[in-house]
Amino acid sequence: MNKIANRAVMCEVLMERAKRDPDLVVLCSDSRGSASLAPFAQAYPKQFVEVGIAEQDLVSIAAGLAVCGKKAYAVSPASFLSTRSYEQAKVDCAYSRANVKLIGISGGVSYGALGMTHHSAQDIAAMAAIPGMRVYLPSDRRQTKRLFESLLEDSQTAYVRLGRNPVEDLYEEGSVPFEMDRAVWVRRGRDVAIIACGEMVKPAVDAADALTKEGISAAVLDMYCVKPLDTQAVLEAAQSSKLVVTVEEHAPWGGLGPMVDRVVSENCPRRVINLALPDEPVITGESKEVFAHYGLDATGISKTVADALRG
Amino acid sequence: MNPDLKIKAYDLRKNILDIVIAGRCGHIGGDMSVLEVLMTLYDRMNVSPDRLEDPDRDRFVLSKGHCVEALYAVLAEKGFLSLPDILERYSKFGSPYIGHPNNKLPGIEMNSGSLGHGLGVSVGMALAGKMDGRPYRVYTAMGDGELAEGSVWEAAMAASHFHLDNLCAVVDRNRLQISGPTEEVMAHEDLAARFASFGWHVIRVSDGNDVEQLNAAFDEAETVKEKPTVIIANTVKGCGSAVMEDKAAWHHKVPTQEEYDQIVQDFAARKEALRCE
Repeated sequence: MNKIANRAVMCEVLMERAKRDPDLVVLCSDSRGSASLAPFAQAYPKQFVEVGIAEQDLVSIAAGLAVCGKKAYAVSPASFLSTRSYEQAKVDCAYSRANVKLIGISGGVSYGALGMTHHSAQDIAAMAAIPGMRVYLPSDRRQTKRLFESLLEDSQTAYVRLGRNPVEDLYEEGSVPFEMDRAVWVRRGRDVAIIACGEMVKPAVDAADALTKEGISAAVLDMYCVKPLDTQAVLEAAQSSKLVVTVEEHAPWGGLGPMVDRVVSENCPRRVINLALPDEPVITGESKEVFAHYGLDATGISKTVADALRG
Repeated sequence: MNPDLKIKAYDLRKNILDIVIAGRCGHIGGDMSVLEVLMTLYDRMNVSPDRLEDPDRDRFVLSKGHCVEALYAVLAEKGFLSLPDILERYSKFGSPYIGHPNNKLPGIEMNSGSLGHGLGVSVGMALAGKMDGRPYRVYTAMGDGELAEGSVWEAAMAASHFHLDNLCAVVDRNRLQISGPTEEVMAHEDLAARFASFGWHVIRVSDGNDVEQLNAAFDEAETVKEKPTVIIANTVKGCGSAVMEDKAAWHHKVPTQEEYDQIVQDFAARKEALRCE
């Protein structure tokens, strides 16, 4: 069982890069601990900016740094980053074409019992609606590493959501299938294609494996690149199966599901079921309890698929 | 300082007026109040159209982005933009000259228009200069109504926390906003004390439409160490013609032909009076 959270991997990648790149700057809003960035702050104090609990300023300052040549990584809980500083993300970053990477940590419902103030089940919808803003939800730690290495090489704005908890490994060290903005086929199958992102990819894979044992051939697509959505992979998923199921740790509107629906309905009509959190404050509990409650765990996903295919 | 700036300001006022007429829109009142601030800055800043990407250039962010017509007029005067092109295309379909600054245009560093962003962005720019040991200075102009935005004060506390003495903000204190007097909408009477309490060096300019007073303030700002400076410039909204002056209705207004004629006459008369001084 993996004990390393994706945010800790982010810190490793950024520290590795900071060694040879003085233009890399990390900014936090009193969030270095929860972002696992304390080691970075300690090792590279001149490349670390603490702005205090001021998320709007966090993003504006990051944009100002970026247009003066810095690679700015603004790291703050996804709930605050995607709502409190939404306009700064829109105007100062995306619209002004500033090389700011907005990193939403403890995303989704991973703050658990802290409640809706700390959940970011709306961040995909919010961020994806901004022209020029890319949206990434990496699944496991090794994909997170590849994603951050890739983001360090480009100069456009992006939003990345990372969960708080360690995620079980999906990919093997040394053979991580990764191409920027191309979804990853984790499983191939003929009956159903499950398209998931972020922390939902692992339960989707577990569901696919369980379904295979029941005689249902299930494909799983890791759509870590929610925007730009890999539409080619979505179409392939729809064309090669009888049913498409999307799974995301997000509100039912404006996230991965509706984006997939749009592509499928326009190009390759096929039944699509969207699994997501409800349009209400989620039930109190740890992520795993919440996922199970709403049918977003392996059991819930496989039941949805089996019922749909048999019904 | 260029001694002709005072007189030149009335030529630019006429250009702004014509831009507003051409586009049939514009924040003319604020354009006129902030004009001398922009002219003074662009007369002294280390920036020119042939060195747009110079990493050592001084930076300016128009936080009160709605006064873009004044910025267009100044950037055209300094050779960054073409006035005939602006007059032909401002606000028209497909135009790059929109009603707020956009950094696709040469000489414009940042997109702005939503209030309360410019100071935070300027803090980032000034911080980058400090990190890299570059000599450039960063300037921003805010409206006084804009100061009700909470993000301004987040940035104000960061600027002094980071000892950004390469940052100078100007408040275009024209005392009017779209709904009426700022002091009725949201009072800022103790503005100097507010900025001082946030750790800023404060300079009050009694006539913010006087380029000499503004220049003296910018000179002083350059001498300040370890602190950011704010210049509170008392300006006149609609400055240049009695038709517009101190009238909230002129926050955003296109003059009628009669008003236009009167305003042009007033500009000419004031210019003539300055010449005779």
